[in-house]
Amino acid sequence: MTAAADPLCEKLREAFPSAILEQSSFRGETTLRIKTESIRDICLHARDTLGFDYLVDVSSIDHFGDEPRYELVYELYSLRAGAHLRLKATVSEDTGTAPTVSDIWPTADWHEREVYDMMGIRFENHPDLRRILMWEGFPYHPLRKDFPLEGKHSETPGVAFSEPAPLAGGPFVTVPTDGTTQVREPRARHAGEIPPSDKFIAEP
Amino acid sequence: MASTLSPVAYDAKIEGNVIFTQVDAAINWMRSHSLWPMPMGLACCAIELMAASSSRFDISRFGAEVMRFSPRQADVMIVAGTVTYKMALAVKRIWDQMPEPKWCIAMGACASSGGMYRSYAVLQGIDHLIPVDVYVSGCPPRPEALLDGLMRLQKKIMGEHSLLEQKKELLETL
Repeated sequence: MTAAADPLCEKLREAFPSAILEQSSFRGETTLRIKTESIRDICLHARDTLGFDYLVDVSSIDHFGDEPRYELVYELYSLRAGAHLRLKATVSEDTGTAPTVSDIWPTADWHEREVYDMMGIRFENHPDLRRILMWEGFPYHPLRKDFPLEGKHSETPGVAFSEPAPLAGGPFVTVPTDGTTQVREPRARHAGEIPPSDKFIAEP
Repeated sequence: MASTLSPVAYDAKIEGNVIFTQVDAAINWMRSHSLWPMPMGLACCAIELMAASSSRFDISRFGAEVMRFSPRQADVMIVAGTVTYKMALAVKRIWDQMPEPKWCIAMGACASSGGMYRSYAVLQGIDHLIPVDVYVSGCPPRPEALLDGLMRLQKKIMGEHSLLEQKKELLETL
Protein backbone atom coordinates (compact mmCIF):
# COMPACT_ATOMS: atom_id res chain seq x y z
CA MET A 1 0.00 0.00 0.00
CA THR A 2 2.77 2.42 1.00
CA ALA A 3 4.72 1.69 -2.13
CA ALA A 4 1.73 2.49 -4.32
CA ALA A 5 0.75 5.74 -2.63
CA ASP A 6 4.20 7.28 -2.06
CA PRO A 7 5.12 8.34 -5.61
CA LEU A 8 1.63 9.80 -6.05
CA CYS A 9 2.02 11.71 -2.79
CA GLU A 10 5.34 13.04 -3.99
CA LYS A 11 3.69 14.34 -7.15
CA LEU A 12 0.91 15.93 -5.13
CA ARG A 13 3.43 17.70 -2.89
CA GLU A 14 5.25 19.01 -5.93
CA ALA A 15 2.04 20.38 -7.39
CA PHE A 16 0.86 21.98 -4.12
CA PRO A 17 3.96 22.85 -2.09
CA SER A 18 2.20 25.40 0.13
CA ALA A 19 -1.21 23.77 0.53
CA ILE A 20 0.10 20.50 1.94
CA LEU A 21 1.06 21.08 5.54
CA GLU A 22 2.23 17.72 6.74
CA GLN A 23 2.68 14.14 5.61
CA SER A 24 2.52 11.22 7.98
CA SER A 25 2.43 7.48 7.67
CA PHE A 26 0.90 4.91 10.00
CA ARG A 27 0.85 1.18 9.28
CA GLY A 28 1.35 1.72 5.61
CA GLU A 29 -1.36 4.35 5.29
CA THR A 30 -0.35 7.79 4.11
CA THR A 31 -2.07 10.88 5.46
CA LEU A 32 -1.73 14.42 4.18
CA ARG A 33 -2.83 17.45 6.16
CA ILE A 34 -4.03 20.08 3.73
CA LYS A 35 -5.36 23.61 3.84
CA THR A 36 -9.15 23.73 3.86
CA GLU A 37 -9.36 26.30 1.07
CA SER A 38 -7.31 24.01 -1.19
CA ILE A 39 -9.51 20.94 -0.79
CA ARG A 40 -11.13 21.33 -4.19
CA ASP A 41 -7.89 22.05 -6.08
CA ILE A 42 -6.08 19.12 -4.50
CA CYS A 43 -9.01 16.75 -5.01
CA LEU A 44 -9.38 17.75 -8.66
CA HIS A 45 -5.68 17.23 -9.24
CA ALA A 46 -5.75 13.91 -7.38
CA ARG A 47 -8.62 12.66 -9.49
CA ASP A 48 -7.63 13.92 -12.93
CA THR A 49 -3.85 13.79 -12.88
CA LEU A 50 -3.02 11.16 -10.27
CA GLY A 51 -5.92 8.78 -10.95
CA PHE A 52 -7.63 8.73 -7.55
CA ASP A 53 -10.92 7.79 -9.17
CA TYR A 54 -12.67 6.49 -6.07
CA LEU A 55 -13.67 8.45 -2.98
CA VAL A 56 -14.06 5.79 -0.29
CA ASP A 57 -15.44 7.95 2.47
CA VAL A 58 -15.79 11.43 3.87
CA SER A 59 -15.91 11.59 7.66
CA SER A 60 -15.37 14.15 10.37
CA ILE A 61 -13.78 14.42 13.80
CA ASP A 62 -14.79 16.70 16.66
CA HIS A 63 -11.76 17.93 18.63
CA PHE A 64 -14.00 19.48 21.26
CA GLY A 65 -12.22 22.22 23.20
CA ASP A 66 -9.53 22.73 20.56
CA GLU A 67 -9.44 25.31 17.83
CA PRO A 68 -10.04 24.64 14.97
CA ARG A 69 -12.65 22.32 16.35
CA TYR A 70 -13.54 20.04 13.45
CA GLU A 71 -11.52 17.95 11.08
CA LEU A 72 -12.64 16.53 7.77
CA VAL A 73 -11.18 13.25 6.56
CA TYR A 74 -11.26 12.22 2.91
CA GLU A 75 -10.31 8.66 1.98
CA LEU A 76 -9.14 8.45 -1.62
CA TYR A 77 -8.38 5.32 -3.57
CA SER A 78 -6.94 4.70 -6.99
CA LEU A 79 -8.34 1.51 -8.41
CA ARG A 80 -5.72 1.40 -11.15
CA ALA A 81 -2.68 1.93 -8.94
CA GLY A 82 -4.15 0.26 -5.86
CA ALA A 83 -3.11 3.28 -3.85
CA HIS A 84 -4.87 4.67 -0.79
CA LEU A 85 -4.50 8.24 0.36
CA ARG A 86 -6.04 10.07 3.29
CA LEU A 87 -6.55 13.83 3.27
CA LYS A 88 -7.28 15.79 6.43
CA ALA A 89 -8.46 19.37 6.64
CA THR A 90 -9.57 21.43 9.61
CA VAL A 91 -12.79 23.41 9.93
CA SER A 92 -13.18 26.06 12.60
CA GLU A 93 -16.27 26.30 14.76
CA ASP A 94 -16.93 29.90 13.73
CA THR A 95 -17.29 29.30 10.02
CA GLY A 96 -18.36 25.66 10.17
CA THR A 97 -18.18 25.41 6.41
CA ALA A 98 -16.07 23.57 3.88
CA PRO A 99 -16.12 23.40 0.08
CA THR A 100 -18.03 20.50 -1.41
CA VAL A 101 -16.36 17.82 -3.51
CA SER A 102 -19.69 16.35 -4.64
CA ASP A 103 -19.12 17.61 -8.18
CA ILE A 104 -15.70 15.94 -8.28
CA TRP A 105 -16.90 12.57 -6.97
CA PRO A 106 -20.71 12.26 -7.04
CA THR A 107 -20.53 9.76 -4.18
CA ALA A 108 -19.53 12.65 -1.91
CA ASP A 109 -23.11 13.93 -2.09
CA TRP A 110 -24.43 11.55 0.56
CA HIS A 111 -21.16 11.40 2.51
CA GLU A 112 -21.27 15.15 2.95
CA ARG A 113 -24.92 15.02 3.88
CA GLU A 114 -24.01 12.56 6.61
CA VAL A 115 -21.22 14.83 7.87
CA TYR A 116 -23.63 17.74 7.87
CA ASP A 117 -26.30 15.73 9.69
CA MET A 118 -24.03 14.26 12.34
CA MET A 119 -21.48 17.05 12.85
CA GLY A 120 -23.12 20.18 11.51
CA ILE A 121 -20.43 21.14 9.02
CA ARG A 122 -22.02 22.89 6.06
CA PHE A 123 -20.71 22.30 2.56
CA GLU A 124 -20.70 25.26 0.21
CA ASN A 125 -22.40 24.71 -3.16
CA HIS A 126 -23.64 21.27 -2.17
CA PRO A 127 -26.60 20.48 -4.46
CA ASP A 128 -28.86 18.97 -1.80
CA LEU A 129 -27.69 19.58 1.76
CA ARG A 130 -30.47 17.89 3.73
CA ARG A 131 -30.19 15.63 6.74
CA ILE A 132 -29.77 12.00 5.82
CA LEU A 133 -30.02 9.94 9.04
CA MET A 134 -32.02 12.11 11.39
CA TRP A 135 -35.30 13.63 10.29
CA GLU A 136 -35.64 17.07 8.78
CA GLY A 137 -36.21 19.50 11.65
CA PHE A 138 -34.11 17.68 14.27
CA PRO A 139 -32.34 20.55 16.03
CA TYR A 140 -29.04 18.91 17.03
CA HIS A 141 -25.98 17.31 15.47
CA PRO A 142 -25.58 14.10 17.45
CA LEU A 143 -21.95 13.16 16.77
CA ARG A 144 -20.64 16.34 18.37
CA LYS A 145 -18.82 15.68 21.62
CA ASP A 146 -21.11 18.01 23.58
CA PHE A 147 -24.19 16.00 22.58
CA PRO A 148 -25.02 13.25 25.07
CA LEU A 149 -25.29 9.66 23.89
CA GLU A 150 -28.80 9.31 25.29
CA GLY A 151 -30.02 12.22 23.21
CA LYS A 152 -32.01 15.30 24.08
CA HIS A 153 -35.62 16.27 24.13
CA SER A 154 -36.83 17.81 20.91
CA GLU A 155 -40.16 18.35 19.29
CA THR A 156 -41.23 19.24 15.79
CA PRO A 157 -44.98 19.70 16.20
CA GLY A 158 -46.96 17.35 14.02
CA VAL A 159 -43.85 15.69 12.65
CA ALA A 160 -41.63 14.10 15.21
CA PHE A 161 -40.26 14.13 18.72
CA SER A 162 -37.31 12.69 20.58
CA GLU A 163 -36.70 11.90 24.22
CA PRO A 164 -33.50 11.01 26.08
CA ALA A 165 -33.04 7.26 26.28
CA PRO A 166 -32.78 5.75 29.78
CA LEU A 167 -29.15 4.78 30.20
CA ALA A 168 -29.47 3.04 33.60
CA GLY A 169 -25.99 4.03 34.73
CA GLY A 170 -24.53 3.40 31.29
CA PRO A 171 -23.32 3.86 28.63
CA PHE A 172 -22.86 0.16 28.05
CA VAL A 173 -19.31 -0.54 27.11
CA THR A 174 -17.48 -3.70 26.29
CA VAL A 175 -13.83 -4.10 27.22
CA PRO A 176 -10.97 -4.94 24.93
CA THR A 177 -9.65 -8.08 26.52
CA ASP A 178 -9.11 -11.70 25.69
CA GLY A 179 -11.02 -12.69 28.82
CA THR A 180 -14.23 -14.66 28.94
CA THR A 181 -17.52 -13.43 27.51
CA GLN A 182 -18.62 -12.57 31.04
CA VAL A 183 -15.69 -10.17 31.40
CA ARG A 184 -16.21 -8.73 27.95
CA GLU A 185 -19.95 -8.39 27.81
CA PRO A 186 -21.34 -4.88 27.30
CA ARG A 187 -22.65 -3.36 30.54
CA ALA A 188 -22.61 -0.08 32.43
CA ARG A 189 -19.05 0.47 33.60
CA HIS A 190 -17.22 3.29 35.27
CA ALA A 191 -13.67 4.24 34.48
CA GLY A 192 -12.19 2.27 37.37
CA GLU A 193 -14.01 -0.93 36.50
CA ILE A 194 -12.45 -1.41 33.11
CA PRO A 195 -9.81 -4.09 33.44
CA PRO A 196 -6.38 -3.29 32.04
CA SER A 197 -5.66 -4.70 28.67
CA ASP A 198 -2.17 -5.23 27.32
CA LYS A 199 -3.36 -7.31 24.42
CA PHE A 200 -5.79 -4.79 22.98
CA ILE A 201 -4.07 -4.29 19.66
CA ALA A 202 -1.37 -6.69 18.61
CA GLU A 203 1.41 -4.89 16.77
CA PRO A 204 1.64 -6.04 13.18
CA MET B 1 -70.25 -30.00 21.83
CA ALA B 2 -68.76 -26.85 23.17
CA SER B 3 -68.08 -26.40 26.87
CA THR B 4 -70.46 -24.48 29.12
CA LEU B 5 -68.13 -21.48 29.16
CA SER B 6 -68.08 -21.19 25.40
CA PRO B 7 -70.33 -18.65 23.74
CA VAL B 8 -70.96 -21.22 21.03
CA ALA B 9 -73.63 -23.89 21.53
CA TYR B 10 -74.79 -26.80 19.41
CA ASP B 11 -78.22 -28.28 19.92
CA ALA B 12 -78.51 -31.88 18.72
CA LYS B 13 -82.31 -31.76 18.77
CA ILE B 14 -82.38 -29.36 15.87
CA GLU B 15 -81.63 -31.08 12.66
CA GLY B 16 -78.82 -29.96 10.37
CA ASN B 17 -75.83 -27.69 10.88
CA VAL B 18 -77.28 -25.16 13.25
CA ILE B 19 -75.08 -23.41 15.80
CA PHE B 20 -76.31 -20.92 18.36
CA THR B 21 -73.93 -18.14 19.26
CA GLN B 22 -73.64 -14.45 19.95
CA VAL B 23 -72.77 -11.98 17.21
CA ASP B 24 -69.73 -10.81 19.17
CA ALA B 25 -68.44 -14.33 19.50
CA ALA B 26 -68.92 -15.02 15.81
CA ILE B 27 -67.27 -11.78 14.73
CA ASN B 28 -64.38 -12.28 17.13
CA TRP B 29 -63.93 -15.85 16.02
CA MET B 30 -63.70 -14.77 12.40
CA ARG B 31 -61.40 -11.84 13.16
CA SER B 32 -59.03 -13.76 15.35
CA HIS B 33 -58.55 -16.58 12.88
CA SER B 34 -57.86 -14.47 9.85
CA LEU B 35 -55.40 -11.90 11.14
CA TRP B 36 -53.60 -10.47 8.15
CA PRO B 37 -50.27 -9.14 9.36
CA MET B 38 -48.50 -6.05 8.16
CA PRO B 39 -44.89 -7.24 8.49
CA MET B 40 -43.01 -4.18 9.74
CA GLY B 41 -39.64 -5.88 9.45
CA LEU B 42 -36.95 -3.43 10.55
CA ALA B 43 -34.08 -5.56 11.82
CA CYS B 44 -33.05 -9.10 12.72
CA CYS B 45 -36.47 -9.87 14.25
CA ALA B 46 -37.76 -9.79 10.68
CA ILE B 47 -35.68 -12.88 9.94
CA GLU B 48 -37.45 -14.75 12.73
CA LEU B 49 -40.75 -13.39 11.41
CA MET B 50 -39.91 -14.89 8.03
CA ALA B 51 -39.05 -18.16 9.72
CA ALA B 52 -42.39 -18.06 11.53
CA SER B 53 -44.21 -17.75 8.23
CA SER B 54 -42.19 -20.50 6.55
CA SER B 55 -42.92 -24.21 6.48
CA ARG B 56 -41.27 -25.32 9.72
CA PHE B 57 -43.24 -23.03 12.00
CA ASP B 58 -46.03 -22.19 9.57
CA ILE B 59 -47.95 -19.20 10.88
CA SER B 60 -50.80 -20.17 8.54
CA ARG B 61 -51.87 -22.78 11.10
CA PHE B 62 -53.19 -19.77 13.02
CA GLY B 63 -54.70 -18.01 10.04
CA ALA B 64 -52.09 -15.26 9.90
CA GLU B 65 -50.15 -16.28 6.82
CA VAL B 66 -51.44 -13.52 4.55
CA MET B 67 -48.64 -11.02 4.92
CA ARG B 68 -49.92 -7.83 3.36
CA PHE B 69 -47.43 -5.20 2.33
CA SER B 70 -50.28 -2.80 1.86
CA PRO B 71 -51.44 -1.42 5.20
CA ARG B 72 -54.95 -1.02 3.82
CA GLN B 73 -55.38 -4.79 3.72
CA ALA B 74 -53.81 -5.58 7.07
CA ASP B 75 -55.26 -6.24 10.54
CA VAL B 76 -52.24 -6.60 12.76
CA MET B 77 -48.95 -4.78 12.53
CA ILE B 78 -46.02 -6.90 13.65
CA VAL B 79 -43.27 -4.42 14.51
CA ALA B 80 -40.20 -6.61 14.18
CA GLY B 81 -37.00 -4.78 14.90
CA THR B 82 -35.31 -1.60 16.03
CA VAL B 83 -37.45 1.49 15.45
CA THR B 84 -35.19 4.45 14.78
CA TYR B 85 -36.71 7.89 15.11
CA LYS B 86 -36.47 8.40 11.38
CA MET B 87 -38.25 5.11 10.62
CA ALA B 88 -40.79 5.84 13.36
CA LEU B 89 -42.32 8.47 11.07
CA ALA B 90 -42.97 5.80 8.44
CA VAL B 91 -44.23 3.26 10.97
CA LYS B 92 -46.74 5.74 12.34
CA ARG B 93 -47.86 6.68 8.85
CA ILE B 94 -48.40 3.05 7.89
CA TRP B 95 -50.23 2.40 11.16
CA ASP B 96 -52.56 5.33 10.45
CA GLN B 97 -53.31 3.86 7.02
CA MET B 98 -54.46 0.54 8.47
CA PRO B 99 -58.25 0.27 8.72
CA GLU B 100 -59.98 -0.40 12.04
CA PRO B 101 -60.12 -2.76 13.80
CA LYS B 102 -56.36 -3.10 14.07
CA TRP B 103 -53.91 -4.57 16.49
CA CYS B 104 -50.19 -4.37 17.09
CA ILE B 105 -47.62 -6.91 18.19
CA ALA B 106 -44.29 -5.51 19.38
CA MET B 107 -41.90 -8.28 18.49
CA GLY B 108 -38.62 -8.40 20.37
CA ALA B 109 -36.76 -6.23 22.84
CA CYS B 110 -36.15 -3.30 20.49
CA ALA B 111 -39.74 -2.80 19.41
CA SER B 112 -40.93 -3.25 23.00
CA SER B 113 -38.46 -1.02 24.82
CA GLY B 114 -35.61 0.08 22.59
CA GLY B 115 -33.66 -3.00 23.63
CA MET B 116 -29.94 -2.59 23.86
CA TYR B 117 -30.03 0.60 21.80
CA ARG B 118 -29.99 3.24 24.54
CA SER B 119 -29.22 5.93 22.03
CA TYR B 120 -30.36 9.24 20.64
CA ALA B 121 -31.29 7.57 17.35
CA VAL B 122 -33.69 4.91 18.60
CA LEU B 123 -37.28 5.23 19.76
CA GLN B 124 -37.44 3.58 23.18
CA GLY B 125 -40.37 1.30 22.40
CA ILE B 126 -42.99 1.55 19.67
CA ASP B 127 -45.64 2.05 22.38
CA HIS B 128 -44.52 5.68 22.55
CA LEU B 129 -46.17 6.08 19.19
CA ILE B 130 -48.87 3.47 18.63
CA PRO B 131 -50.90 1.28 21.02
CA VAL B 132 -49.41 -2.18 21.46
CA ASP B 133 -51.57 -5.22 22.26
CA VAL B 134 -48.94 -7.89 22.76
CA TYR B 135 -45.25 -7.62 23.62
CA VAL B 136 -43.06 -10.56 22.64
CA SER B 137 -39.80 -10.81 24.57
CA GLY B 138 -36.57 -12.04 23.08
CA CYS B 139 -33.62 -10.74 21.13
CA PRO B 140 -34.74 -11.86 18.65
CA PRO B 141 -37.67 -14.01 19.82
CA ARG B 142 -37.88 -17.50 18.40
CA PRO B 143 -40.74 -18.11 15.95
CA GLU B 144 -42.54 -20.11 18.66
CA ALA B 145 -42.54 -16.99 20.83
CA LEU B 146 -44.13 -14.97 18.05
CA LEU B 147 -46.73 -17.68 17.53
CA ASP B 148 -47.44 -17.60 21.26
CA GLY B 149 -47.85 -13.84 21.01
CA LEU B 150 -50.24 -14.31 18.12
CA MET B 151 -52.28 -16.83 20.12
CA ARG B 152 -52.44 -14.40 23.02
CA LEU B 153 -53.68 -11.73 20.65
CA GLN B 154 -56.33 -14.13 19.38
CA LYS B 155 -57.38 -14.73 22.97
CA LYS B 156 -57.57 -11.00 23.54
CA ILE B 157 -59.67 -10.49 20.43
CA MET B 158 -62.08 -13.20 21.59
CA GLY B 159 -62.85 -11.10 24.65
CA GLU B 160 -63.64 -7.89 22.78
CA HIS B 161 -67.10 -6.34 22.46
CA SER B 162 -66.75 -6.00 18.74
CA LEU B 163 -70.37 -5.21 17.87
CA LEU B 164 -70.59 -2.63 20.62
CA GLU B 165 -67.38 -1.04 19.41
CA GLN B 166 -68.59 -1.03 15.85
CA LYS B 167 -71.92 0.61 16.72
CA LYS B 168 -70.43 2.91 19.34
CA GLU B 169 -71.17 6.10 17.46
CA LEU B 170 -74.72 5.00 16.69
CA LEU B 171 -75.38 4.05 20.31
CA GLU B 172 -74.00 7.34 21.55
CA THR B 173 -76.38 9.30 19.35
CA LEU B 174 -79.40 7.33 20.57
